[in-house]
Amino acid sequence: MSLLTAEELYGGYGGGDILNGVSMHVDAGEIVVIVGPNGAGKSTAMKALFGLVNVRSGRVTFRDEDITRLSPDRIVGRGVCYVPQEANVFPSLSVLENLEMGAFIRKDDYSAQIERVFELFPPLKEKRGQAAGTLSGGQRQMVAIGRALMLDPSVLMLDEPTAGLSPKFIDLIFERIQEVNASGVSILMVEQNARHALSLADRGYVLVLGANRHEDTGPNLLADREVAEMFLGG
Amino acid sequence: MIDFLQIVIYGIVLGSIIALGAIGVSLIFGILRFAHFAHGDLMTLGAYFALAGVAGMSMPMFAAFGLALAATALVAIGIDRALYSRLQQVSPIILLISSVGVALMLRSLVQMIWGPDNQVYEQGITMPWVFAGGLRIQPTQVMIVGGAAGLMLLLHLFLQHTRFGKAMRAMSDNPDLARLSGINTERVVILTWIIAGVLAAAAGIFLGMDTRLHPIMGWKLLLPVFAAAIFGGIGKPYGAVAGALVIGLAQEMSTLVLPAAYKPAVAFALMVIILVWRPTGIFSGKVL
Repeated sequence: MSLLTAEELYGGYGGGDILNGVSMHVDAGEIVVIVGPNGAGKSTAMKALFGLVNVRSGRVTFRDEDITRLSPDRIVGRGVCYVPQEANVFPSLSVLENLEMGAFIRKDDYSAQIERVFELFPPLKEKRGQAAGTLSGGQRQMVAIGRALMLDPSVLMLDEPTAGLSPKFIDLIFERIQEVNASGVSILMVEQNARHALSLADRGYVLVLGANRHEDTGPNLLADREVAEMFLGG
Repeated sequence: MIDFLQIVIYGIVLGSIIALGAIGVSLIFGILRFAHFAHGDLMTLGAYFALAGVAGMSMPMFAAFGLALAATALVAIGIDRALYSRLQQVSPIILLISSVGVALMLRSLVQMIWGPDNQVYEQGITMPWVFAGGLRIQPTQVMIVGGAAGLMLLLHLFLQHTRFGKAMRAMSDNPDLARLSGINTERVVILTWIIAGVLAAAAGIFLGMDTRLHPIMGWKLLLPVFAAAIFGGIGKPYGAVAGALVIGLAQEMSTLVLPAAYKPAVAFALMVIILVWRPTGIFSGKVL
């Protein structure tokens, strides 16, 4: 069953269209990766699913309900959470407070969810009282993903989760993303480390100029000569 | 020595009053990203609301003060709904200029209703407590410092330990991420105006108790209030408290060497020095 679907999206941020008919879907339990050259509209496509883009035409549905015109804070309430690429933590708030803000709309006791995040990212437990702005890039990314997991979402959207991280942290973040996925959360991510990301993806989309160019399983895209030459650096 | 201590006491009293205003200016800047120039006149309005309770309706002092805090908070929300929230999408400069307009309106309103003359909450002279060596402390001074400290403690507990207090800090850190996290930013904005309004009214009332009520009392305090907020790193309420004490003490101490009329110039000079030397305030860390 398709959880989250985008059909023929056109739109941008005001000015001209960045998305020129992009379509994609995320099924339950999948890891879906969006790759493509710079300026292909990868991040914009993902933001459009989350109500952050002016969608001029096209439709976004989640569990068969239209969410195209919903604001992000309403979409979050339905179980779709998003981790932006930059400025994705509250720097002056402690690690624990960052997680609490992720759970802001929850009225129930979410201490078990905090424990789950700490199990996933043990360094955060030690640094729970420390201001997020003082953490290393890798740890900040853990806080950012942890914050988005606080609502126990059905779909987690990640915008370049490994950008700017050291190789050690890149492997770790990918590993944890797979772990999150194994616990039943569907993943949609944009990644610069295309090879690595596609190798663990169920499906991938190659976007060019705001439209779909290729769509296939991760391994098939990796094996595709054209994709490899044009988008994965040979 | 006693003279010096006496001046320190004046400085702390003035600093407490400035702090209540500066916290509001800092919070508004942190959440709404604009310099609120009507803050001084919001203080004036709060002071006169209390006068209306005490003198007009002969209410007990504390009941009148409580009512004035609530009424000022309501006015602050009203101004935000009627003006600022509609201008939110345009540039912060437009908001700033509109707040200067609001300042003029509030001041004229106060003058129209209560007249241009000096007024006091209570007639007569209260005797100060005289301590060894001739140190004098007025009961009102204790009330001002105690009241201000109590309000700041309440704000601290709110910001650190409640869901909406943390959301307020989060929104000041990163408004976009706050929205993405599902934080109800509209409600945070309204809360900000409630807090800023209550603290502004308290500052105005305390200023009225310390001196007298006058339609430009708050406007005259606006410069030291902004100096304090900038001193502490604008957008940081805790820095604003420290900045206010420094500005208050500096203004009072300047009377040792300068004519008292130069007090505002001292605040202005400190503000310029800070802006040149450390535009992000005396404390380290990210500022808006």
